[in-house]
Amino acid sequence: MSMLVVNDLAVSYGNINAVQGVSFRVEPGELVALIGANGAGKSSTLNCLAGLLPAKRGDVQLQGQSLNRVPAHDRVAHGMALVPEGRGIFSRLTVLENLQMGAYRRDDKSVVRQELTQVFEMFPRLQERRDQLAGTLSGGEQQMVAIGRALMTKPQLLLLDEPSMGLAPLLVEQIFATVATVAKSGVAILLVEQNAQLALQLSQRAYVMENGRITLEGDSAGLLQDVRVRQAYLGE
Amino acid sequence: MDIFVQQLFNGIILGSIYALIALGYTMVYGILGLINFAHGEVVMIGAMVTITLLRILVEMNTGLPAAALVALAITTALPLCALLGFTLERVAYRPLRNAPRLSPLITAIGLSIILQNLAMIIWGRNYAPFPPILDTTPWKILGAAITPLQVVIVILAVAIMAGLWLLIGRTRKGRAMRAVAQNPNAARLMGVNVDGIISLTFVLGSSLGCIAGVMVAANYGQAHATMGFMLGLKAFAAAVLGGIGNLAGAMIGGLLLGLIESFGAGYIGDLTGGFLGSQYQDVFAFLVLILVLVFRPSGLMGERVAERA
Repeated sequence: MSMLVVNDLAVSYGNINAVQGVSFRVEPGELVALIGANGAGKSSTLNCLAGLLPAKRGDVQLQGQSLNRVPAHDRVAHGMALVPEGRGIFSRLTVLENLQMGAYRRDDKSVVRQELTQVFEMFPRLQERRDQLAGTLSGGEQQMVAIGRALMTKPQLLLLDEPSMGLAPLLVEQIFATVATVAKSGVAILLVEQNAQLALQLSQRAYVMENGRITLEGDSAGLLQDVRVRQAYLGE
Repeated sequence: MDIFVQQLFNGIILGSIYALIALGYTMVYGILGLINFAHGEVVMIGAMVTITLLRILVEMNTGLPAAALVALAITTALPLCALLGFTLERVAYRPLRNAPRLSPLITAIGLSIILQNLAMIIWGRNYAPFPPILDTTPWKILGAAITPLQVVIVILAVAIMAGLWLLIGRTRKGRAMRAVAQNPNAARLMGVNVDGIISLTFVLGSSLGCIAGVMVAANYGQAHATMGFMLGLKAFAAAVLGGIGNLAGAMIGGLLLGLIESFGAGYIGDLTGGFLGSQYQDVFAFLVLILVLVFRPSGLMGERVAERA
């Protein structure tokens, strides 16, 4: 069974149709990239999947279960987590409290404690700063908090919205290495990125979005060689 | 010296009550950015309901000690006030969640007037006396008088505030409340039912308000349908003084305002050579409000943590 199946999903803000009927899927354990220019509708798609934006039409299924009527705060319990654009950390909570918020819906305390240790192993910087207010961290550290916090929800599908945004190249590499590690652990990932090169190198499959529609799809390796992709997104 | 100690006691008593009410304002503001001007009326209804219940209990001649009667009356009034706060949010504020900020503000003022008039219809226009069952023989401490009731008021207020502090600072629900106040959408992504947390905030604030209302009524020996108006405004001033949205700020602001008022009222006669008397007590709260808004709009504790991109 597919992890995520999206069928003819449309999202609009008033009269503006941000997403005009997109269909795609993510298989278990797969890392899928959704690339495209600014304003193509990538973030709207992710926010709609997470339940933050209402769908105008279309169907979203997570592991065969329809999410159409599930409110945003219950989608986490179904195994889906979103790391939103701009990170959305709780700046006046400590790093530890931010991570604990990820486990808000979980009652398996001992497992949660283990996973907290794992997150700190993955991001030693956060261990050092666990009692610091998250708003005082650097951009890269905040992104680590956002990813760590999403992992604390124990997701089966992780939605990542522009994790590289505003970060120095060295940090981007580090964040992407982390994403790769998470993917290897078996979590399915849908990665939205403007940095098409990196996203295509990291993912197995990819979708290209333009003006609210999916215009290209296929193996990431193939898309990396595709003339249209190279011209539009890889600056050739 | 006697007057100084007396005003100090009065200020602490008054201040701890203001603090309890100010917490209701500040919690709702912190989470919704809304000044719930109907909060003072919840305080009043807490007082009125408790007095009504106490009168019935006293007439029943149960033989229970006075403290037990008061406790019994409060345990009935408390859920009523909590329900009232819950309902106000559900019926009046939630439909306006995405409206311009002025709309819920006007609604709040409207609710305040409706509740005041409703209370007058139910309880009449006269003062409702608090049944004289509590021991009001004052103790003399450092030349100043304080009644056992007043000591209980201060201890209870401090205990309740400590409890609230732990609830919000240490528990999962409290953490969720702070998270919702900072970023409701991110809280949703963590699985927090934001509407539920907002309801909880109103329930908590209204419960604190109810207890504060009973304290006022017991301390002054009476309650009135319009008492919530001035009390609410003063507690609002206290919340602004401490930094609205900030819990510690509401506690400190409430205490400070109580002290300012009682010292102001105690010494204004001496300072103006008898020209102004203690009936000007109410002026101080609003003087403080104006000064804070002019010189430090974010309040005493209202410092924001730098938020980096």
